[in-house]
Amino acid sequence: MNEFVFFINNVVISGLTIGSIYALGAVGITLIFSILRFAHFAHADLMTLGAFFAFFLTAMFPAVGPAIGLPTAFVMLPLAMVMTAIAAIYIDKGFYKPLRRHGVKPIVIVMASLGVTLMLQGLIRMFMGTSARSMYIDDRKGIHRLDMPFELASRPIVITDPQIIIIVLLVIIVIALHLFLNRTRLGKAMRAMSDNPDLARVSGINTDTVVKVTWVIAGSLAAIAGTMLSLDVSLKPDLSFHLLLPIFAAAIVGGVGHPYGALAGGFVIGFAETLSVFNWAVLLRPWRDYLWFDLPATLAFVPSEYKITVPFFILLAILVWRPTGLFKGKVL
Amino acid sequence: MALFEATNVHGGYGGMNILNGVNMSLEADEIGVIVGPNGAGKSTMLKAIFGLLHVNEGNIQLRGESITNADPVELVKRKMAFVPQEKNIFPSLTVEENLEMGAFIRHDDFQPMLDKVYSFFPPLADKRKQPAGELSGGQRQMVAMGRALMTEPSLILLDEPTAGLSPLYMSEIFERIISINKAGVGVLMVEQHAKQALKIAHKGFVLVAGQNRFTDTGQNLINDPEVAKAFLGG
Repeated sequence: MNEFVFFINNVVISGLTIGSIYALGAVGITLIFSILRFAHFAHADLMTLGAFFAFFLTAMFPAVGPAIGLPTAFVMLPLAMVMTAIAAIYIDKGFYKPLRRHGVKPIVIVMASLGVTLMLQGLIRMFMGTSARSMYIDDRKGIHRLDMPFELASRPIVITDPQIIIIVLLVIIVIALHLFLNRTRLGKAMRAMSDNPDLARVSGINTDTVVKVTWVIAGSLAAIAGTMLSLDVSLKPDLSFHLLLPIFAAAIVGGVGHPYGALAGGFVIGFAETLSVFNWAVLLRPWRDYLWFDLPATLAFVPSEYKITVPFFILLAILVWRPTGLFKGKVL
Repeated sequence: MALFEATNVHGGYGGMNILNGVNMSLEADEIGVIVGPNGAGKSTMLKAIFGLLHVNEGNIQLRGESITNADPVELVKRKMAFVPQEKNIFPSLTVEENLEMGAFIRHDDFQPMLDKVYSFFPPLADKRKQPAGELSGGQRQMVAMGRALMTEPSLILLDEPTAGLSPLYMSEIFERIISINKAGVGVLMVEQHAKQALKIAHKGFVLVAGQNRFTDTGQNLINDPEVAKAFLGG
């Protein structure tokens, strides 16, 4: 039974957590692609920026969280989301919109977004240095141990506050996003513009507003994902290096331009990562007498230092065998 | 005052003129049809009217006010509507959502207009929850025209509404256009099926090389032996 608990802790909970974070990043990438038709490489840095805003606010008001009983950074999250959304709108206004107006090829805007990546990383380092920071200043990470009601299970299931919060938040966001895209005037206009931008303009849809709304959604979701990841691990200025590939892989696996696909893709990549670095020797140990080989102490598909190769392989496999992604999105 | 008037319009893409002085005018209750050989600038003229390409010279007026080089969104607000020839629907949106997008600028209750569009195009009423991309070519054209009607325009521009349709659908679409016009909407359309289109036209414009070659009532153009020989296939 302890082996099973180990599996839940290391695969199910970790997979759900990291999957939710990838899903939120991938939704942003996919929305930006479907409205503006370019791959936004600075998206992972938007996530870092959101986390940085949350960290900054936490440092300013460290006592808020303990007073309510929630992580301070989480209490500050709505404000960090607003700040990130505003930053995203101004990044678009300052760097991408002038290029769009000149009618450049999408690849030029992709390059511009790489420039924005480097710029944001530099700016974040200027303010917070290069070391990793804990998002907990006056409070401590809440860790919950759930004892299993079985005799054989002596070990508890362990889940942290940020893990619970991100999983609950993701469910709420999925429902909200679904309602927004299918029930509201602006949400439908977003889908219309994704379908046929020229006709959207001819129909009288204010495309500038749709673009702004896209950045607001993508920016706030990025802030949520970045903050929750930093709460769960720690805030590093180079967070984006570890996020960029998985979130792009998730968006492409799901089918670019397909928000539900991006959500699914996030979990595919998240679980693929956790399953491949999982120590299968633990699960096999009860049967070691029946195995034809000696069970080593650790048996994983990939050593955890090389975790980043997993999304890369999935990305390659999808691009070779099913370039439209699981949900038939646009081909990049 | 004419509903619509274009005087000496010159325009094209990137400095090169395709239109070399086109003149048109239309009254509020009329159907105008633009015909002519390929490359004569028929679709270009519609795009120029709807602000989708630059007019370098000349003047376009709607009810006496200049709309030369106006922004399409502005024109929609001024009760003009445009149905492009291709890609004129939102394929992944349902039929009803397509129509709602036509009414994007409206903040009042457009349900009566929605019902009116379904009464114009009865086949759409049963398919309102279906993605528009799954419909047949003729029904897509109905969705496209329905979308354009949602703002209750006074002038609707149609770019080859019967392109790629079977003869049966073609006459059905022409009948719809007549009933839309009878409901008080001015229609200006480009058509390849010149003869059939001129039959329903109050005014016909034969364009050649970006200029008016003939301008007359639809019936007179059909009866003109020179026009018939050169442009209507005898």
